Amino acid sequence: MVSTQEYKVIGTRPIRHDGLDKVTGRAVYGADIKLPGMLYGDVLRSPHAHARIKSVDTSGAEAMDGVIAVMTSADMPEAGDKIVDLGEGEINLKYASNHIIASGKVNFKGHPVAAVAATSTNIAREAVRAIKVEYEVLPSAITVDEALADGAPIICEEMVGDDLGEEVKNTNMASHFRHEFGDLEKGFSEATTIVEHRYDLAMVHQGYIEPQNATAVWNEEGRIKVWVSTQGSFSTRTQIAGVLQIDESRINVVPLEIGGGFGGKIPIYLEPLAAILSKKSGGKPVRILMDRTDVFDATGPTPGGWVNVKMGVNDEGIITAAESDIRFDAGGFPGSPVGAAAMCVFSCYDIANTRIDGYDIIVNKPKTAAYRAPGSTHVAFATESVVDEICEKIGMDVVEFRLKNASKEGSRRADGPIFPLIGNVETLEASQASPHWQSELVRDGGNGKLRGRGIANGYWFNIGFKSSVNLSVNTDGTVMLVEGSTDIGGTRVSIAMQAAEVLGIPAEDVRPTVVDTDSVGYTDVTGGSRTCYATGYAAYNAAKSLITKLTTRAASIWDLSEDQIEFSEGKFASKSDPELSMTFKELASQLNDTGGPVNSTGAVDLENAGGSFATHIVDLEIDPETGKTDVVRYTTVQDVGTAIHPSYVEGQMQGGAVQGIGWALNEEYFMSDEGAMENASFLDYRMPTSLDLPEIETILVEVPNPVHPYGVRGVGETPIVPPVAAIANAIYDALGIRLRSAPMNPGRILVALKEKNG
Amino acid sequence: MARVFIPFALRKLTDGVTEVRVSGGTLREVIDNLEEMYPGTKERIVENDAIKSGLAAVVGEQPTREGLRTKVGEDIEVHFIPHIAGGRAVARCGSGLGR
Repeated sequence: MVSTQEYKVIGTRPIRHDGLDKVTGRAVYGADIKLPGMLYGDVLRSPHAHARIKSVDTSGAEAMDGVIAVMTSADMPEAGDKIVDLGEGEINLKYASNHIIASGKVNFKGHPVAAVAATSTNIAREAVRAIKVEYEVLPSAITVDEALADGAPIICEEMVGDDLGEEVKNTNMASHFRHEFGDLEKGFSEATTIVEHRYDLAMVHQGYIEPQNATAVWNEEGRIKVWVSTQGSFSTRTQIAGVLQIDESRINVVPLEIGGGFGGKIPIYLEPLAAILSKKSGGKPVRILMDRTDVFDATGPTPGGWVNVKMGVNDEGIITAAESDIRFDAGGFPGSPVGAAAMCVFSCYDIANTRIDGYDIIVNKPKTAAYRAPGSTHVAFATESVVDEICEKIGMDVVEFRLKNASKEGSRRADGPIFPLIGNVETLEASQASPHWQSELVRDGGNGKLRGRGIANGYWFNIGFKSSVNLSVNTDGTVMLVEGSTDIGGTRVSIAMQAAEVLGIPAEDVRPTVVDTDSVGYTDVTGGSRTCYATGYAAYNAAKSLITKLTTRAASIWDLSEDQIEFSEGKFASKSDPELSMTFKELASQLNDTGGPVNSTGAVDLENAGGSFATHIVDLEIDPETGKTDVVRYTTVQDVGTAIHPSYVEGQMQGGAVQGIGWALNEEYFMSDEGAMENASFLDYRMPTSLDLPEIETILVEVPNPVHPYGVRGVGETPIVPPVAAIANAIYDALGIRLRSAPMNPGRILVALKEKNG
Repeated sequence: MARVFIPFALRKLTDGVTEVRVSGGTLREVIDNLEEMYPGTKERIVENDAIKSGLAAVVGEQPTREGLRTKVGEDIEVHFIPHIAGGRAVARCGSGLGR
């Protein structure tokens, strides 16, 4: 079902309300914060990936002129062994506290050990160098296989792992779970073609342009105010409250403009350090900024690890069974997105017999965080590569095979739940009909370069959760919209548009503002592709409530009852007297004489989100002399539900594809044997730029989400899922070589070519 | 009655049974009745009068946001899924469906 609904505001492309501030440099980011008496913080980080802290001597730093406060883990309250829900994921407060500043042991290079506040950045930097730390360096485990090997160093010594429900001690395996449906052995026995391979992926970073930052004041009344770049002001408040053992009502988090997050700005890193340094400084504001090396070394990338997929098909091309083993490195503390990966690994297909094993494994690398559809890109690399290979073996068209086996409404996802209305089939059909897929690939790229085409599918489930929106009507007919969702990808305008659609006024007449946690109701993180969907739903509810209240005003003015008035297309009108009609603006002008302000609130906590599917098509050109791969054409096709603001939907699709292309071809944490990232700068961690890529073509498939009043589906994460697999399949098409390790960089291509050609 | 799908980690407690019909108008009642049928299951699903951390209860098609109070209709599917969202930090002393 593709949308034919017509709207006045939805589907248009108004200029975003925050656009002018962004392009003129007026928008305020964390590094712009300057407060009276502000101190500058810096953090001493571990040079070792795994070591016991034998002593920390801060006396040298404390004696320096200009140093106002120094802190270590001894200044942190004892956080309880308690799990807190952050909206998209949970944290264990004990590990969160130890992650923010090491207590007794460092688990990764870059792990904070001490922090200082001083009157200048330079003094702070010198002061951390004056702190003496005595380490007992321990052996480290960098990969999941090293961490699970016999005799591996145990990283979280007190941790008790969970192996299919049984407790396990002295292990780096935090969790092993299984999903199992149908009869796997029977399913494979019915298969006539079986393909099984392991796919390895390196740890990669979100690469947001703005490093983490935090400025905090802990005043004499015991209240903390924090200015921060975050994806969730309320989840930041919850984490700070848990780690510092302070009531949430005593913490006000001010979300600043955010220079990208992609999931990486949900955990807290600097906020408690800045707050404690402020308290120790007598309530002076303290600002701490990370640099790029800090970001790579000490914030949460997405895991490396491996995914094994085994899939069997019968003579009709039906998948009879599929099995996967997913092993992710969580970083220095438990908590990789392996659960989400397990939800996604076979979700593009309707398979009767499945088994999925997921492992969350601690290693001596930075603690992982969410990254755009966390875990789904990894598993799509494996599943979609295996599907491509099966299609070749059985001689079936790759799109026809996917259509034949596609999951649809009523299919069971391999982790259990039944799919509601989804747009997997429609997305595949749109891909099949696309100009790109229908075009002929010119295989000779000239100068010996070889071209290939690949295609892959991807799925992300999206989330709903909690959001709040306040609306107030101005007497000139404009409306103020107050929300708690930090705006990463244009959500101010997309949420304002949903309110405007209800109110029958232009999007420009709704002024959205993202406010601090003291000023709006609880709102979950901007993550899980939930903001346009859930906060938009809250705005819809608030706008409906506003109409109800304004109807009462109109009834008062016309001396009618509310049920004698209707509201349609921006006008209040008597149902019986055609002379009685007012526009929204005309009624707003009469508010002061009819009872004063009219305000409303909308709040939601949504269970249903409606997942999203995407199909990507890529043409590559590979130079066999250098191994360099260039993307020459790229098309993303995605079920987007209803595109509220198509430009920002297209932007999400393009951005996700570009990040996935970087992941496929270049990006990786290049680790030394000692657990140090050796390419911790943007010079050496090569992300694609606009100069590297062609225009990313977009095809929007609109299968309205039945549980949202306007049919919205989350769109931000799914676009990063297919690219790695699509590129692997295109490389095979070009070279006849199946690469099963990402990144598929020039070195790997040259080695593979040499192996093939001798 | 609800169709309760037994998570792999609990199947030792259900003698390998993977799916069972359980009566109950709310998720709380369903879990209580499941405990009657298969002792030991409740403590693996519920902690402090709520669904355990690291676990999501799916009633119908999506994870419930109302916890044990969730209304459970006739023939509706109930799943208990470990690690529902991305970026989850688990494993304090066991996690998900562990004891």
